[in-house]
Amino acid sequence: MNRNDFDMLNSGLIYFDNGATTLKPKCVVNEVVDYYTKYTANAHRGDYDISAIVDTKYEAVRDKVKKFINADRRDEIIYTKGSTESINTIVFGYMMNNLTSGDEILITKSEHASNVLPWLELAKRKGVVVNFIPLNSKHEVTLDNINSVITKNTKVISLAHVTNVIGDIRPIEEIGKVCKEKDIILVVDAAQSIGHMPIDVNKYNISFLTFSAHKMLGPTGIGVLYGRYELLNKLTPLEYGGGMNTYFESNGELEYKPLPERLEAGTQNIAGVLGLGAAIDYLENIGLENIHKYELELKKYAIEKLKSVPNIKIYNENSQSGVVIFNIDKIFSQDVAVFLNHFGICVRAGNHCAKIVKDEINVTNTCRASFYLYNTKEEIDKLVEALNNQDKIFEIIL
Amino acid sequence: MDEKLKRDIILDNYQNPTNRGLVDTQGYIRVNTRNSSCVDNIDVMAKLENGIFIDIRFDGEACAISTSATSIMIKTLIGKNIEEVKYIIDNYEKMINEEPYDKDLLGELVVYDTISKQPSRKKCAALPFESIKKIIEQANM
Ligand SMILES: Cc1ncc(COP(=O)(O)O)c(C=O)c1O
Repeated sequence: MNRNDFDMLNSGLIYFDNGATTLKPKCVVNEVVDYYTKYTANAHRGDYDISAIVDTKYEAVRDKVKKFINADRRDEIIYTKGSTESINTIVFGYMMNNLTSGDEILITKSEHASNVLPWLELAKRKGVVVNFIPLNSKHEVTLDNINSVITKNTKVISLAHVTNVIGDIRPIEEIGKVCKEKDIILVVDAAQSIGHMPIDVNKYNISFLTFSAHKMLGPTGIGVLYGRYELLNKLTPLEYGGGMNTYFESNGELEYKPLPERLEAGTQNIAGVLGLGAAIDYLENIGLENIHKYELELKKYAIEKLKSVPNIKIYNENSQSGVVIFNIDKIFSQDVAVFLNHFGICVRAGNHCAKIVKDEINVTNTCRASFYLYNTKEEIDKLVEALNNQDKIFEIIL
Repeated sequence: MDEKLKRDIILDNYQNPTNRGLVDTQGYIRVNTRNSSCVDNIDVMAKLENGIFIDIRFDGEACAISTSATSIMIKTLIGKNIEEVKYIIDNYEKMINEEPYDKDLLGELVVYDTISKQPSRKKCAALPFESIKKIIEQANM
């Protein structure tokens, strides 16, 4: 799809590390460059023309995000530097002040570090309890398993929509129903699903949603924290300064602004926000359903072809997203990745920052190929061809 | 050393590494070292007597470069005293950082003399020496 829009592909590079970050289409790059070359100014500040342009564009992106995830209100959208900051803001701004010792939080062993460590830290500081929802034999979350560990103390369930290792899609809509019934806060880490499939915070009854623009064709250093208004309005800011206050006096009298400004202290990543807006336009133009369908087609094709590779073990044949994790028997994953690099193929080796998932799939290291809309079956053929040359691996990498 | 010979030495040490497998004996200092890119993970244990490394062993999961470097390092360091080991480490690090170094000290370790051309693998080649540095630190405590 639309490969010409991605300058990075001009060199023939085969980029299969979309789980880590995605390439940027020209329209996103141009939007960022335009800000720096045509109307550089701060937002919410000046009375001159270019400042007004920036202001309008900056706030227009908020509306785009609102529509993109089907939020009710524009002030439920907070800009952050990415998923990690979004989750930390939820945990240390909201949970820190609204949970009490003994409250339980449910996560799983296949969460990304950024959806594990803040909770473990909160547990240390606040005495809340972090429990793990057991995964089924395919390493997936099921409703039954969730129900089996919910207690009267369960206050929060925090899950990735799509995991970054196995690539399984969680049944968020059904989980949302359970959470609504039992008055549990549902935090969804959409880092791997945003820009790959439709997300609807209303339909899924999501309390907080987090994502990073760089994994959906946007710039690095910009992301979103969505929170349902009643909750978000109770989130204590972690940062204080310009842009978030209405006034302050030397005697300590002060007032903070309403949402969303209250949670956006200091000069924001304006270029990033504008780039995010361009990425949303680009994705909506193609259609999220179409992107998801195409990724599944690539995954199915890849599995079919990869199965013929000697000594390969594939760990997530069935997951319904564009992620394939595999190993070549007796060859260390990093050596495979370095080998593929010699063919201009980028894959990720390692534990993909989900260190506790090793308890689940019983391997600590894998190679991960993660596809996106600009990848093709021809590129997958080249991956297979390279892997079929595995007997030359040490000649090539040493 | 010619490239083919280097490759053979690395491969041989990767596939049949020296002293792989830990022992449950008293008197060893044991450390765990991981590569910051969260891949390699090795345990190294060493026994010192009168400041001399009389045994070094390792185990873990690591790539061809880390594993072979650990194996060659073990062969090179056993029998040396702490000062000699420090000196070897210093020269080895100079080599992988492309600074002038004393080749004669390093023996087979010179197979990694061009590793700096692959920056991501430099860390792999350096990993076992991080373990030995930690062991020396603990031995001096
Ligand atoms: C599932 C998941 N959550 C969170 C993150 C963190 O995203 P960021 O590094 O952009 O903050 C990632 C990134 O790899 C991820 O895959």
